Amino acid sequence: MATGSGEESTSAIMDDYETLISTTDVELLKRAWRNEKAAPEILQYESSLVQRIKEQIELAEQNVEMFEADSIDPLTVSLYQMDLDRTQFLLRSYLRVRLQKIEEYLFHILKTDEYLNRLSKQEQMFARRCTDDLGNHLDETVLSKLPDNYQSILKQSITSEEDDMDFLAFDCDKVQEVADLIIFPWSYSSYSYGRHTYKIMIRLNEFIFTRKTHGNYRDGARFTYLCMLQVHKEAFGEGENRFGVSIDPTTLIIVVVINNRK
Amino acid sequence: MAGQSDSHLSLFSPEEVEFMAEDELVEIVPNLRMDSLNFICGDYGPFYPQIATQVPFWLAVALKKRGKCTIRPPQWMSIENLTQVLEGERDSHAFQPLPFHYVEISRLLFDHAREDIPDIYMVRSLVEDIRDVRFHKVETNLEKFTASTVTWKNMSAMEVNIIRAFSGRALQAFYKHENEQVMPDTDRTQDRQPQIPTIRPKRNLKPR
Repeated sequence: MATGSGEESTSAIMDDYETLISTTDVELLKRAWRNEKAAPEILQYESSLVQRIKEQIELAEQNVEMFEADSIDPLTVSLYQMDLDRTQFLLRSYLRVRLQKIEEYLFHILKTDEYLNRLSKQEQMFARRCTDDLGNHLDETVLSKLPDNYQSILKQSITSEEDDMDFLAFDCDKVQEVADLIIFPWSYSSYSYGRHTYKIMIRLNEFIFTRKTHGNYRDGARFTYLCMLQVHKEAFGEGENRFGVSIDPTTLIIVVVINNRK
Repeated sequence: MAGQSDSHLSLFSPEEVEFMAEDELVEIVPNLRMDSLNFICGDYGPFYPQIATQVPFWLAVALKKRGKCTIRPPQWMSIENLTQVLEGERDSHAFQPLPFHYVEISRLLFDHAREDIPDIYMVRSLVEDIRDVRFHKVETNLEKFTASTVTWKNMSAMEVNIIRAFSGRALQAFYKHENEQVMPDTDRTQDRQPQIPTIRPKRNLKPR
């Protein structure tokens, strides 16, 4: 069929050309750009490719300047300029997409070596400066007014699950250092979790307030975090003196169950 | 911030799809003499009057704008071919084979190379009809989305771009819902352990 052969010949020409130009740097950059745009996570930085493209761009810029100085006809100059613009656009867009992803996944990238290694040196510097700036900003506006346990932005970052689940088990002697608390208005006689039974007694007047308290009361479901305190079993025993601290990751509230061992 | 046109990272704007289409080759007939051009993206030329040569689209359009060449419409843009394609689109549920960037290429040609296309009105209406029929097929196929692999052949760049973000999210949602049935949420069962006399309704933890 005439149409079939027409399409085949065009596509055959295209294929040959594709294989020819697939090795050009521009084509590689275009592929890297497309991949970076489409992938949800940040990909490996193409340092050698970017370096080569940068050199070619600089060469082309010098060419254009030379042409203008020698007053080569403006058509040629403008065509070279267009090619230069296109390549610059690809490079800039590639770098911009990466920066955008770094900003979005800032803490996660800095904490995971695998992702950190995919960044170029400048991008790593950028990421660190970003966290510093963010940290300073949050410190000035909010964090300095919160109790000590909250002041690390890393712990409160919603991108991280592990840090949020941090908890501190205090020795009863250090109870005074415990900061803000949410007090449960009711008391439990015993709480079972897993194989252990914890006896918990809470008396309102025995809690220590160092700074302001938060107004919400959480229900007992929060006590599921106590399961982690199995590690510190020796702190628990029968009787009324028991304590633990856990941090609620969703609402920035510390739930503290304390009782002094007198 | 280092953002671009779209808030969502993975979307290509139509201009960017056109940018990619502009690297496709097209045949031109220059009417001037020019030495070869050594671009970063490749070498083209030298150009002799009335000798056809292949250049990327952006170069062809640039030359055409300055009246330095005429563009030969590609083979697939003939009226016979397009009529056949249109009939094929209407008759079957599958997509007819068309060049990947046919939308962008035809658009560029209509905008810049009117006089180079014979019967341009006919060609234009055919291409628009083809676009409509194909997009209508895309819409109906979207309704048949399932969680398993989705294969649609012969889609073009523009059509793919339009549904790319949506289909990615849809497949993810399918995966999430299917997995919840397989793996029940273990957090919920632990919550029920403490026997608390509470009047307040339990607040479910947000699954992470």
